[in-house]
Amino acid sequence: MSTFKQHSVLPGFNLALGFTLLYLSLVVLIPLSAAFIRTAELNWPEFWATVTTPRVLASYRLTFGASFAAALTNAVFGLLVAWVLVRYHFPGKRVVDALIDLPFALPTAVAGIALTALYAGNGWIGRVLEPLGIKIAFTPLGVYVALTFIGLPFVVRTVQPVLEDIETELEEAAAMLGANRLQTFLRIIFPTIFPALMTGFALAFARAIGEYGSVIFIAGNMPMISEITPLLIITKLEQYDYTGATAIAVVMLVISFILLLIINLLQWWSRRRNALA
Amino acid sequence: MSIEIRHLSKQFGSFAALRDINLNIHSGELLALLGPSGSGKTTLLRVIAGLETADSGQVLFNNEDATSQPIQERQVGFVFQHYALFRNMTIFENVAFGLRVRPRQNRLRVQEIHERVTNLLKLVQLDWLADRYPHQLSGGQRQRIALARALAVEPKVLLLDEPFGALDAKVRKELRTWLRRLHDEMHITSIFVTHDQEEALEVSDRVVVMNEGCIEQIGTPDEVYERPANPFVYEFLGHVNLFHGRIHQGRAWIGDVEIDAPEHAEAEDLAAVAYVRPHDIEVDRVMNGESALPAQVVHILSVGPVVKLELVQKGNQNKNLIQVEISKERFRDLQLVKGDQVFIKPRRLDLFPHQLH
Amino acid sequence: MTTITITYPSKVQRTALTQEPVWVRWGLIAIALTFLTVFLFVPLLLVFYEALKKGVDVYFAAITDPDAIAAIKLTLTASAIAVPLNLVFGIAAAWAIAKFEFRGKHILITLIDLPFSVSPVIAGLIYVLVFGLQGWLGPWLAEHDLKIIFAVPGIVLATIFVTVPFIARELIPLMQAQGTEEEEAAVALGASGWQTFWRITLPNIKWGLLYGIILCNARAMGEFGAVSVVSGHIRGSTNTLPLHVEILYNEYSYAASFAVASLLALLALITLIIKTFLEAKVAHQKGELNHEH
Repeated sequence: MSTFKQHSVLPGFNLALGFTLLYLSLVVLIPLSAAFIRTAELNWPEFWATVTTPRVLASYRLTFGASFAAALTNAVFGLLVAWVLVRYHFPGKRVVDALIDLPFALPTAVAGIALTALYAGNGWIGRVLEPLGIKIAFTPLGVYVALTFIGLPFVVRTVQPVLEDIETELEEAAAMLGANRLQTFLRIIFPTIFPALMTGFALAFARAIGEYGSVIFIAGNMPMISEITPLLIITKLEQYDYTGATAIAVVMLVISFILLLIINLLQWWSRRRNALA
Repeated sequence: MSIEIRHLSKQFGSFAALRDINLNIHSGELLALLGPSGSGKTTLLRVIAGLETADSGQVLFNNEDATSQPIQERQVGFVFQHYALFRNMTIFENVAFGLRVRPRQNRLRVQEIHERVTNLLKLVQLDWLADRYPHQLSGGQRQRIALARALAVEPKVLLLDEPFGALDAKVRKELRTWLRRLHDEMHITSIFVTHDQEEALEVSDRVVVMNEGCIEQIGTPDEVYERPANPFVYEFLGHVNLFHGRIHQGRAWIGDVEIDAPEHAEAEDLAAVAYVRPHDIEVDRVMNGESALPAQVVHILSVGPVVKLELVQKGNQNKNLIQVEISKERFRDLQLVKGDQVFIKPRRLDLFPHQLH
Repeated sequence: MTTITITYPSKVQRTALTQEPVWVRWGLIAIALTFLTVFLFVPLLLVFYEALKKGVDVYFAAITDPDAIAAIKLTLTASAIAVPLNLVFGIAAAWAIAKFEFRGKHILITLIDLPFSVSPVIAGLIYVLVFGLQGWLGPWLAEHDLKIIFAVPGIVLATIFVTVPFIARELIPLMQAQGTEEEEAAVALGASGWQTFWRITLPNIKWGLLYGIILCNARAMGEFGAVSVVSGHIRGSTNTLPLHVEILYNEYSYAASFAVASLLALLALITLIIKTFLEAKVAHQKGELNHEH
């Protein structure tokens, strides 16, 4: 006999699950399905034409390119930050550790205007870079800077706990077998944290492609050059092109769902790797 | 309260946790459910408690069907393996919980609750810990509080899931005797689950040996230890030596040793295995009269009142060690040293026709 | 009487074998801190610098402006509705998922996380598709003179959508780690469902719950993209604090914009402080169980 639910003496399952499903359906699932149903009004050639105009394609290139570069930056520096926070002691470490989550807590609009003011030609950092010929604000580089900011905590927070759990014995064993520090890192530590690093990278990437608030201030928003896909959706909405906006949204949603699937697989891999260790 | 279990079965997916279990538990007895992990003993206990439901079969309390009775109405006290003390409450509040959550009309007065909890804490000798929190207590103390909490609601049955499982050896032994004494004072029908044969044999009135969802044997500790019903019970309870031989028309042969086996009168030249406890083997330096098995001493452990010998059978392909226990006195008489030749003879054995494993 | 206490280091001290040379250590620390300074600390500092650059008078004028006050009120209203609703949802979802075994549990957990992987802009868009003039319920709403999009209800709905997972995903692992034995013990002692929940479960998860509420509230008050799509940007009426920051910025009132932004930055800092404090408590609640085993 196969049953939906195993027996339990605890009460409230039907009420709790029923409410959960009802709430999720009303707030998340039904509205999300609206995007797909709306797009289904288009036939395939119409849909394809809408989501592949040169301006849309340019926005994909920018969004995915900048997101990828930002996530990669965060993978490198996030790993470094996690390493420093777990392994070393320095003054103010607790404060630094707490501030890592700032991009999660700081409203994106605030981050957006702050980064813009900072990297604009007359800003604290822009003033230094502009004479060197590096323009960041109002260029695609600005998009990359904003996306690096908002993705910063992901890699740090996924790698940190795994790094903490690595036992000193493991490294001592490697050292006593003759490995130097670099060899120990490359052959023992890095393989152990690699799944977590990939998970953090994927999370940062997924967050970046949907990001809007922190980007629009610094991007300059020039069509074909510095216009991200979420902004294009809003532009189309403001022109009452609901179908066009929805079609692009569906492309983004499908990509997000695929990323979500990949992230789940990565987390499963990461957990399995750690359970075996 | 007496408990009767009829034709109880329970599946978890494709795993049969309980297969057609029948069991009578007498009022006031202390019963042990003994078996290896996965034998179904904990599932049986949880079904009796009402924490699990069986797929088929009945549970009767005092001859009344309780199968579909919710746990709150069964009046059982349950002691969890990891105690499940409420970590946000003091010890006092833990014990008082069952009294405080009663419906207002049959709730005791505050003063009465206080009295009963204090008495229970005195009973388990931990009244001085009333204001502490569970995480401040040792494992053995938590165990006793879990018991006091279960007793507070005056249950008709007390169920304990691996009550000493998470404790270290010394505390286990102390609590074991303590539980036995407590039961003798209170006479409440109690069932406890254990995988430790020593614990089951030492504490309980009767032992139920379980394996793969079935009951292998029910009996007093003496019965199951001295007269195991089958090879499983033999091997699960204490050390045992295996000798391979044959049985034919009420006689058995192990090597040259011939033994009466009246219970196998009908056997026609069958392969058989003889099970012999280490203390049921006679050791001699010479073969006196009847036939005996030649063996060689390979190890002697002479610490304590009982001397343990490890022997190998001579002229036998089977190099399994034979374990023998003899008294210190006998050991002195024999003056054995490692490497000596001896002759052994089973004093008492049980024969089971050979089963292909 | 003297007592001798022996303390053992919680982690084995690292020796030269498993430690990098000093120059490597400080080099890595320097690179990490430089990166964090440029990308995190300086932007945060700049918010407060820009807000106060024109003086305290300008600052207070900006945050006591009637439109700013209206934005603060709307932000508080939206989160005062969204957070409690997601709180009830989070508890219900965590109760079902952590305390029971049923089929499809993993799919349900993934569905709860879904809003995290949806772009805020799309979150706003889908509500326009349902409630907007051209949407499914648009004509019916117009007929009954009800306004959701470009009005407060739309802002509340978009806020709820983006904050759905916060409390649930905090509670699920906590309640899973705590298991069901305490609740089973309570039921076996005669407690009803509500008594079990209020006296056993809730005290055990209170810090995790608070943690979830804090994070949920920070996101609810700070949400920009989703709210921007459904708001209509009507000053003094459908403007939340983040939207007000944008309007002021686009009107080149930088000092005022940063002044309002500094309120949100302050909220973020307070959130981080409370969060750091709660983290230890939550770890403790999770860890006690391991201690008992």
